[in-house]
Amino acid sequence: MHEWALAEGVIFTALKAAEKKGAGKITKIRVRVGELQQIDEEVFESALREISRRTAAEGAKIEIGREKSTLKCSACGHEWSFEESRERLGPEESEAIHFLPDIVSVYIRCPKCGSPDFRVKKGRGVIVDSIEVEA
Amino acid sequence: MDPRLEIVSKRLAEIEEIVPVVSGKGGVGKSIIASTLALLLSRRGREVGLLDLDLHGPSTHLVLGAGDVSPREEKGVVPPEVHGVKFMSVVYYSRHNPVFLRGEEISNAILELLAITRWGSLDYLLIDMPPGTGEEILDVIRLMGRSSKFLVVTTPSKMALETVRKLLRMLEELGVQVLGIIENMRTPRSPPVEEGLKGFEIPLLGRVRYDGDVEDSIGDVDKLLKTNFAKDVENALNSWISSSD
Repeated sequence: MHEWALAEGVIFTALKAAEKKGAGKITKIRVRVGELQQIDEEVFESALREISRRTAAEGAKIEIGREKSTLKCSACGHEWSFEESRERLGPEESEAIHFLPDIVSVYIRCPKCGSPDFRVKKGRGVIVDSIEVEA
Repeated sequence: MDPRLEIVSKRLAEIEEIVPVVSGKGGVGKSIIASTLALLLSRRGREVGLLDLDLHGPSTHLVLGAGDVSPREEKGVVPPEVHGVKFMSVVYYSRHNPVFLRGEEISNAILELLAITRWGSLDYLLIDMPPGTGEEILDVIRLMGRSSKFLVVTTPSKMALETVRKLLRMLEELGVQVLGIIENMRTPRSPPVEEGLKGFEIPLLGRVRYDGDVEDSIGDVDKLLKTNFAKDVENALNSWISSSD
């Protein structure tokens, strides 16, 4: 997902969660970003700040944690990380995965047996881990 | 908390009508009917989007001849306009490669596509669905079922009708709205499709005769819209629109 779209989702989700808690202000948002998203952290953070302006999340501390990826081959059971395969990707392929991480198996093969049939066990998507609020 | 779930409804908020085009079996002409309906609606001056969710076998880009354009990055992804239709497909990211996706990854890819795509304001969003009653249809129902009206395509073949009956029962059980059925590839020897659909109170919107000229018009929308096929699809569209009024 593109950084802005991602940030929009994060703030929207945090605001909804705060509303459910009956909180007036969000003081902290913890976000976990999977390695496959290949986000530019600086762009992501500035988008989060921009989108949170004039909302209950304005000024909230933002903690961004990275989640390393684990890919597991369904054919031979080998486990490896996206980072190991990344250098073999062209810029267009890398960009396609940035927008749609689940199509990673279109462009990457198991380094051990060459199979395209593998699962992303860890390291995809963006998760709002927690928010801290005050009344 | 997955932020994509929250953002999808926002992305679809300005769409008047979401129409997933479904079939029980592959090869019944669902993609070309979805594409033709989108083109016809656009030529009537309506704002139309077409989303190809047939992740393993996308083909609407071929019908539209959408080769030279790509989505634009702008606070997400803005679909390109192809012959007046805002068009989005996994093919922009998978290109001509085969797509290897299993259950959970299919759901994630659909969610991701819906979360990044900024359709803006539309009168209609047509979704070309993969055939059958698998992951994709359940996800569409989960993510936008309440605001969707399904359009079912079948041929008069006994095999197609057998799967359509299952599909209709599934849609009924899940409580989603069905606009109607379009019968495709009708020949003079075809039995009446109504016989195979006894017991379902779903309108037959139109019968589209088998047209051997259609294949030559793939990728050439002006030629496609001049075929007898397109005339029959337009009649079905008229029935759809008048039944919605």
